Amino acid sequence: MTVPRDLTSPGGRLVELGGLVIRYGAIAAVQGVDLAIDAGEAVAIVGPNGAGKTSLLSAIAGIVRPSAGSIRIAGRPLAGIALSDVVREGVALVPEGRNIFGSLTVMENLRLGATPRRDASVSADIDRVFADFPILGERRDQPAGQLSGGEQQMLAIARAMLSRPRLLMLDEPSLGLAPNIVDKVYDILRQIRSQGVSLLLVEQNAARAFALADRACVMSRGVFTLAGTPAEIERHDAFDAAYFGVAMAKAGAA
Amino acid sequence: MIGQAVQVLVDAVSVGGLYALTALGIGLIFGVMRLINFAHAQLIMIAGYAVLLFFAQSAVLAVLGAVAGAVLLALVVERMAFRPLRGADPATLLIASFAVSFLIEKMMIMLVGSRPKGVDFLPMLAGQVEIAGVRLQLLQLVTILVSVVLLVATTWFLKSTRLGLEMRAAAENFRMAEVLGIRANRVIASAFAISGLLAAAVACLFVAQTGLVQPRMGLQLVIIAFVGTVIGGLGSLPGAAFGGFLVGVATILLEALLPPELRVFREAFLFVGVAVVLIFRPQGLIPARGLAGRI
Repeated sequence: MTVPRDLTSPGGRLVELGGLVIRYGAIAAVQGVDLAIDAGEAVAIVGPNGAGKTSLLSAIAGIVRPSAGSIRIAGRPLAGIALSDVVREGVALVPEGRNIFGSLTVMENLRLGATPRRDASVSADIDRVFADFPILGERRDQPAGQLSGGEQQMLAIARAMLSRPRLLMLDEPSLGLAPNIVDKVYDILRQIRSQGVSLLLVEQNAARAFALADRACVMSRGVFTLAGTPAEIERHDAFDAAYFGVAMAKAGAA
Repeated sequence: MIGQAVQVLVDAVSVGGLYALTALGIGLIFGVMRLINFAHAQLIMIAGYAVLLFFAQSAVLAVLGAVAGAVLLALVVERMAFRPLRGADPATLLIASFAVSFLIEKMMIMLVGSRPKGVDFLPMLAGQVEIAGVRLQLLQLVTILVSVVLLVATTWFLKSTRLGLEMRAAAENFRMAEVLGIRANRVIASAFAISGLLAAAVACLFVAQTGLVQPRMGLQLVIIAFVGTVIGGLGSLPGAAFGGFLVGVATILLEALLPPELRVFREAFLFVGVAVVLIFRPQGLIPARGLAGRI
């Protein structure tokens, strides 16, 4: 069953979930999840569709309020924090489907990413984004909806990073992207990690996520069925059954 | 003959401008909240009564009173009626806006009675000017000028200010805007304040044109302007302004061009036109982008 490992690092606890339950009417998407993420740590959550992974991220982002259990960000209960203030606690989300503002320009999307900031170095940070992703710089005044899927993913990550988060959460960052673009996205995530930002990654592409993560959890039907280092999980017999078993059964049925 | 055509055209454009301003006010609120605010009519009405209250002292005071009254009422309505319904489905919001609209109208009837009151507002604009041999109403030219200035100013505000950027982001994907740290209350209250400002401008021009104030004023404007936002493309601000303008122009042109015995049916012709537009472009003439895929 669930094995939340106690890996208290010098950076301290960043996120702590205790007995988290999320219900949508009669359906319980998350049914009792415990998870702790330390500063600088990268955690991957893998599992089939409908396992409750997106609900979990939405709850930490403040979009969905849990039906039971607790969420703490750096020790502070999330329950009393308004949705628009969660980012001010250092939590940024790149949601599934990216949710860039398609009718706004690339530049405007990036400026919105820096909404919580009052410091003067925002435009320097945006210039750095353009240096790292020249294509975004070339298209800074074009509607972001005209970017390709991969470019939109880069924009969504850059936008989230402009809030200077302590925790960056990504929901299916490889979804719908060509393999070489996925390589690029994961290169960026590695760079972000090396800056000391914690990552919480939801992926169906387990191999990609495991290559990056310090720890991984397998989620199925609203609970963590396995937790450990990626190597431990890949060795585990239950992993195939819990994850690939379901995925293969689906592929067979399709 | 050409002079007459120009006169009709100027009349049409000035009425189109009024409808465009009304539609923009409605479209702004729909954009950020998915609320079709029929109480926009009462913003126009309250501004009309502010004009009635102050026009004898000075025109400037009347305009300022109209702006203050409409903006204040817009903020009160947002705070008391719509904020508790934040996130409710559009049907609930629509019905709530009807309730607010009726409530304010009936309260006004209780307070001041339902009889129209005459207002001789801006009499100096009642005269005519002759431009290149064509006699035109000064008030119509002023209406066109004010409409253009306000449309340009609103566009500038939305495009070039931080708050405008936040409003556009919220209009496209409110949830994501909040995730990025944009405060919903600030954005929505600002949208209501601007819609109040636009309603006040419409009220001043409308009162100057008709010379009347009554508790039911504004409703006809809002219904026709709402039709304009629909054919322009719900959720798109350029669409709302353009659709409102188009409907206003069409109303006047129908009145001028239809044979006299058919003129009473001009609204029927207008709605046939609207139906035809919607059959061929159900998404509107300038549809909103990026409304799909909201988190």
